[in-house]
Amino acid sequence: MRRVAITGQGLICALGNTVSECWAMATEGKSGIRPLRDGGTPPYKFQVGAEAVGFDPSGHVSEKDLILLERFALMALVAAREAVAQSGLSFDGELGDHTAVVTGSSVGGQFTEEEGYQRLYRENNPRVAPLTIPRTMANAGASRISLEYGIHGPAYTVSTACSSSNHAIGQAFVMIRSGQATAAIAGGSEAVFAEGLLRAWEAMRVVSPEACRPFSADRKGLSLGEGAAMLVLEDWEHALARGASVLGEIVGFGMSSDAHHITQPNADGPARAMAWALKDARLDPADIDYVNAHGTGTQANDTTESEAIHRVFGSRAAQLPVSSTKSMHGHTLGAAGAIEAVLTNMALRCGVAPPTAGFREHDPACNLDVVANDARALPLRAALSNTFAFGGLNAALVFRRGLD
Amino acid sequence: MAPEIEADQLANRVIGVIARTQRIPPESITLESTFEQLKIDSLDGINIVFELEKEFEIDIPDEGVAGLRSVRDTVAGVRQLLENKSQIAPPSAV
Repeated sequence: MRRVAITGQGLICALGNTVSECWAMATEGKSGIRPLRDGGTPPYKFQVGAEAVGFDPSGHVSEKDLILLERFALMALVAAREAVAQSGLSFDGELGDHTAVVTGSSVGGQFTEEEGYQRLYRENNPRVAPLTIPRTMANAGASRISLEYGIHGPAYTVSTACSSSNHAIGQAFVMIRSGQATAAIAGGSEAVFAEGLLRAWEAMRVVSPEACRPFSADRKGLSLGEGAAMLVLEDWEHALARGASVLGEIVGFGMSSDAHHITQPNADGPARAMAWALKDARLDPADIDYVNAHGTGTQANDTTESEAIHRVFGSRAAQLPVSSTKSMHGHTLGAAGAIEAVLTNMALRCGVAPPTAGFREHDPACNLDVVANDARALPLRAALSNTFAFGGLNAALVFRRGLD
Repeated sequence: MAPEIEADQLANRVIGVIARTQRIPPESITLESTFEQLKIDSLDGINIVFELEKEFEIDIPDEGVAGLRSVRDTVAGVRQLLENKSQIAPPSAV
């Protein structure tokens, strides 16, 4: 089995437009959750969100792309460009045939879909925009990335709600490890600030009226966010042979389904995904120095995730540094795993666990060593990053410190 | 109208909403039924609250949802919100 190197990373979210911008904000514990630019009419019950306000696609892509692609796909493309530029890879010739593109998205092109419905149902205009189908398809980002680089290998999109991009990265990891692909661009993107989607989240009563406070006793729910992150994954030997910087390594991937309830979490499924990821990585719980939690900030998620971490890590659980970076970049649904993968890998590279912003009060039901408000410098060898989705679908990735 | 009749009517409307939302016969629901007995979980609860808001033209706060365990709790909560609404409504609307 081949080892899988991370040789490029790209990131756009409320914290910034590049990995370095976002990492600088995250390690300072600065949150990108701010008052919404459009608070809705009548106002949404929540007035904050992690909008990627600094991302203006027109500065990055052609007019033609602006016509053909909507926000989630444009963010995917721009994040992929940052990752590929850092990797130094060129996909000419044979490598293009042996490279995969796997992206995650939960809702796809929501803005375009809602514009179509507005025209149809509000304006009684049956002439829906002709590019609605390509703009809304969840695989728009994967397809455009493949076009950008002439990548002819396996390309597809995984949609498993909030686990989408951990599943996507896991798929790419498995393909490279088995030899089915030599390299991959993998990650996810999501643009959530469309009125209909916000109203749907409002109706579920899981969005916090104020910025989310994961694992804090006084937490009131999640904060939504938008963004994209992409990793360039590469066969370890291929990366070394071309003298690439190995920024990190993915060593394990675990998946499970709760088969319990369509939205209520339980601890069994997440615990099995984490345990499987560790087994897959051939690591013991004692080898993990940091957990980037799913940590949405809902009562239910944070208590069940804490219980699951205790089941997997036993007596060490209460001393294991855990943070939820969603406290700063929000819950980006299908992009969550990818954004958190980049931040987890940066944590390993820099030896710094990013904090959980807004944390105020220890919750006995979340008996974890929460990295609260301030980043913590730590020697980190390996780290776990969790995603759990509505529908009970869980995906966990294990990362190991790279060479550079 | 005697207060107890009004109370019955309110309870019947709440039971009607629960029955419609859960697709169960209203006869299977009494004031004493708990959500657990009716196999109503938190996700069902959100759906019921949404329909109650529409039926009674009230706004049920998130804090009010978490404590609901039974039909009686729900009727009491709806009654409270309706009373609050009538207190803040202008006199001409009462």
